[in-house]
Amino acid sequence: MSQIFHHSANTLVRMTMVGVAVIVGGVGWVAYEFQQSAYQTRATQPREQPIPFSHVHHVGGLGLDCRYCHTTVETSSFANIPPTKTCMNCHSEIWATSPTLEPVRASFRTGASIQWTRVHDLPDFVYFNHGIHVAKGVGCETCHGRVDRMPLTWQENTLQMNWCIDCHRNPEKAVRPREFITSMGYQPTGNQEEIGRRLVQEYKIQDARTLTSCSTCHR
Amino acid sequence: MADERQVIEREQSQEIIAPGYTFGTITDQISAVVLTKHTPLFWMACFGVGIGLLMLLLWSIALLMTEGVGIWGIRAPVMWGFAITNFVWWIGIGHAGTLISAILLLLNQKWRNSINRFAEAMTLFAVACAGMFPLLHLGRPWLFYWLFPYPNSTGVQPQFRSPLVWDVFAVSTYATVSALFWYVGLMPDLATLRDRSQNPVARVIYGVMAMGWRGSARHWSVYETASLLLAGLATPLVLSVHTVVSFDFTIAIVPGWHSTFFPPYFVAGAIYSGFAMVLALAIPLRAVYGLQGLITDKHLENAAKVMLATGLIVGYAYVLETFTAWYSGDVFEGAAFWNRMTGPYSVNYWSLIAFNVVLPQGLWFKRIRTNPVTLFIWSIFVLIGMWLERYVIIVSSLAQDYLNSSWGEFHATRWDWATYLGTIGLFLFLFFLFIRLLPMISIFEVRTLLPQAKVEEEARR
Repeated sequence: MSQIFHHSANTLVRMTMVGVAVIVGGVGWVAYEFQQSAYQTRATQPREQPIPFSHVHHVGGLGLDCRYCHTTVETSSFANIPPTKTCMNCHSEIWATSPTLEPVRASFRTGASIQWTRVHDLPDFVYFNHGIHVAKGVGCETCHGRVDRMPLTWQENTLQMNWCIDCHRNPEKAVRPREFITSMGYQPTGNQEEIGRRLVQEYKIQDARTLTSCSTCHR
Repeated sequence: MADERQVIEREQSQEIIAPGYTFGTITDQISAVVLTKHTPLFWMACFGVGIGLLMLLLWSIALLMTEGVGIWGIRAPVMWGFAITNFVWWIGIGHAGTLISAILLLLNQKWRNSINRFAEAMTLFAVACAGMFPLLHLGRPWLFYWLFPYPNSTGVQPQFRSPLVWDVFAVSTYATVSALFWYVGLMPDLATLRDRSQNPVARVIYGVMAMGWRGSARHWSVYETASLLLAGLATPLVLSVHTVVSFDFTIAIVPGWHSTFFPPYFVAGAIYSGFAMVLALAIPLRAVYGLQGLITDKHLENAAKVMLATGLIVGYAYVLETFTAWYSGDVFEGAAFWNRMTGPYSVNYWSLIAFNVVLPQGLWFKRIRTNPVTLFIWSIFVLIGMWLERYVIIVSSLAQDYLNSSWGEFHATRWDWATYLGTIGLFLFLFFLFIRLLPMISIFEVRTLLPQAKVEEEARR
């Protein structure tokens, strides 16, 4: 009987076996990299806004405190977007005729809100409260990054669960004294681990078991 | 082959292969089932039923995906219902195949050689059916990969203290080892089919699957080592897989579930139902394909004896379970069993006792054990009984546990039945494809049963 296969078939089979392993592994690796990429999470990508509001100018340049506009950040789950009136506190006097700010004035005249594009949007199944984080010494910068260097606002971190839970497992690595909550570019005066552990105790931050309980965030 | 003639005519004491077979006729008869163009009507009928029910399964799954698990009868407090019943039933059926192929190999039971191939195929397909149920029961089956630990964006891994996670590993290991064992055992026979097939396409397909098997001494030596190793791997699985399945129940504190003897009780039940399925498949197959010479009455009787033995263990477990409920003095445990016997599921309970304990006592009689027709009927009894057993354990315990205020009843919907019958369809579909396309009996292993295979061995003595 003649041979059914040429001897190259052996090599072909071996190549196929290695190839399948490489392709399956490769696809898995690409999928893993993709799901945490900036393309997928939109982290570090500036968003277009109806008015090109610059945090660089307002925070970095003028030195406004975060809480001047985001007034409810210490008391509410939601750090509010300021009403047009807050803008008009200054902009009725400064740049009062600037064409760029016309939408602000229009909003003030008609009472219709400015339709900002939301930058940080957590899934609806996650319960997040700004108030408690601020009260326990998590600085704005810790999650939002150097907002004073953002000409257009972007999301600094992935907002994926492993990012949240890293901190919930080891809060001492992230907390800072409350007086520096809104400081940008905060540097701990000494060993962060040491200061962190002290603050965790002082601010009565719950243990990792409670902080990582499912129902802490998924209520 | 002058020697062979003399040996055939010698008196044979073995009953596990009919006298008169030669190496050639064994190969001819088994490979002819696959290589012929003629397909028996019986095959067409069974395959047709299989395809029909498979379509029903696909329909039920499509509906499940679009509508959700609410199409089933699962409502609080009975959230496990048919899906888990069927899962345990199917995975239990698979156990006989592994027992036959691994444990009986290590115990050197020669009679396994004629039934191990299709019993292993049965295992594979039963595990495939079983595996579907927990996944469909997830509610969002497309997220099934969350069951495995893998690098992900949540920063959490499956809860390794949960027996449901152990289950994932137990069943996937079982499926992998069974598939490997079955395939390795197939290779020499695939080579036979490759060499005998007239069809050029079939030759190439069988050739690729045979992975270049030429039957050299080196091939056989490697083969023997591999199959022994795989048998060693598969042997603990016979015990461990159903033990882990029983942990799904015993680790919970539900009365009627929370007991330490579930593992041996479940393993015995698994082998019990598995051998029933082996008989239910072997009896019609050997009649249709005229394989009575290879799967003899002795095989059927041996399987019936295993059924009787495991059935007695299961019966003992029922008695002990009830005794413990009373003897423990635990009010809830006692109430659970009283409800089981007299409550809304009493009909199921007493039928399972009848099918699993009372009727199988008939297997003590040689007349029932050696008559294929009665044995077929008895194996169907056991299959029904074992299904009812899982149903009663799961549903009656969940329906009435600690709080009377949250008691409820389970009512199966038509989609519960459609999914269940659908997996029977999937099983028939796969099994009859296997019968038509692969040798259902291991050719080379049956050949070793012939007296002439031992000529050299005897000569050396």
